[in-house]
Amino acid sequence: MKTIIEVKDLNLSVPEKQLFKQLSFSVPANKLTCMTGENGVGKTTLAKYLLRSFTKDDQHIKFAVKRTQVQYVPQLRNIDDEFPLSIHDFVALGLHRSHFLWHSRNERQLLKKVLAETQLANIQKEALGAASGGEKQRAFLAQALCAEPKLLILDEATASLDKDAKHKLLQLISKQVAEKDITVLFITHDNELIARYADYELILSAQQGKLIERERATDAAI
Amino acid sequence: MLQFDFMRYAFLSGIFISLICGLMGTFVVARQTSFFTHTLSEIGFSGAAFGIFAGISPLLGMIIFTMASGLFIGISGDRLSRREASISLFSGIFIGLGILFLSLSNKQSNYATNILFGSIVGITLSNVYSLILLSLLIIAVVAVLFRQLAYNSFDVIGSQYNQRNNLLISIAFLCLLALTISITAQIIGSLLIFVLLTIPASAAKYFTTSLWKMIGLTTGFSLLGIWLGLYLAYTTDWPVSFFITLIEAVIYGIALSIHYLQGKNQAHTRSTQL
Repeated sequence: MKTIIEVKDLNLSVPEKQLFKQLSFSVPANKLTCMTGENGVGKTTLAKYLLRSFTKDDQHIKFAVKRTQVQYVPQLRNIDDEFPLSIHDFVALGLHRSHFLWHSRNERQLLKKVLAETQLANIQKEALGAASGGEKQRAFLAQALCAEPKLLILDEATASLDKDAKHKLLQLISKQVAEKDITVLFITHDNELIARYADYELILSAQQGKLIERERATDAAI
Repeated sequence: MLQFDFMRYAFLSGIFISLICGLMGTFVVARQTSFFTHTLSEIGFSGAAFGIFAGISPLLGMIIFTMASGLFIGISGDRLSRREASISLFSGIFIGLGILFLSLSNKQSNYATNILFGSIVGITLSNVYSLILLSLLIIAVVAVLFRQLAYNSFDVIGSQYNQRNNLLISIAFLCLLALTISITAQIIGSLLIFVLLTIPASAAKYFTTSLWKMIGLTTGFSLLGIWLGLYLAYTTDWPVSFFITLIEAVIYGIALSIHYLQGKNQAHTRSTQL
């Protein structure tokens, strides 16, 4: 099995609390892995620690990708009702590596493709602040996809969404995994979504982690 | 009116002030740090007073003080600039320092009013040159870092995780803001600079959702305020900063009313569709 992250004997603590002890796990490449666990077990802290480990040269953590190939979609964004940018311009913020003022032809094509893939093309001119929760999450996903990541870490992206919006988002994400060279690590505790979309589940509990392979449930099973 | 040198200088300066306020104001409003911008202009006031006291130019004093604060805030974390208590504290201390430096330098009190409220009569050709030079410097740096600054300003949380050197970009922004405040103070005064850096952009965001159009409109609103303000100040002999703030306030009021009416309209169409 090809892996994208390998963690070995990692100890992680926050002030006054040991979160993980001798934690070891690996995340399979090109698959959708759900990271699950009780509230407060340290899912987000672990994800953020993994991101920071790139700069610290941590010997307990090995990535098969470079930092620039990783995109993290945080749980909370400060996008209020009056957020001024359109969905198009917000998604385009993901094209932040170039120093040119204008988007190149390739960048425009990429942007168009990403907006189509995330089903935002029709509403791209509308203000992001006025968009629904599901549309906002798709815009966050689209912005991350503009960086053409190899590893995408999504933190509770479906937490505030209704059933339809949740499934729509996960279908889009599964399609990305199936069609591109991309690995998704999805932090969630939504059992319905895990059963339906996860290739693997990384269960965090009692300061340890365990990776199990999941059979995807079919429509009929739900 | 244009037969006077200082009026020509003021109108010319207005173009450059609008350009940098268009760029920087859009980012300031996106970052929701208007109050910090206000504090930074008060820090500018005390810097100018220090400049007079130390015998260097007020502009240089302002640049030193605002840059140092920008660097300090940038390094100690953006969050500090959003905390109300620290904002009040910094404002108070720096206004106090400004008054101290002015009294130590034995200058007349009208010098203080000049710094605080601006003066068009005082603009000299060398002021104009330094304004144009520094404006071009700001525009050049913003042009090179435009996408990074936009990401950093419009998506504070996302850029924190996904942009390389994001902290450096924040610091660069604060230094650019410090410079903008220092050079615009010459016309509108350090106390009211934050009007040009916040109100036009706040109004512009009600008219468009496109980043470039927002910058364009902000620049336009700033230029309208400055030029019309200069004209009205010339004809009435009232202070120019009064007119500029008044005009910007009217623009903002109009923007808000239109936004409110549109919202009502949309709600109406939606309810009739249902």
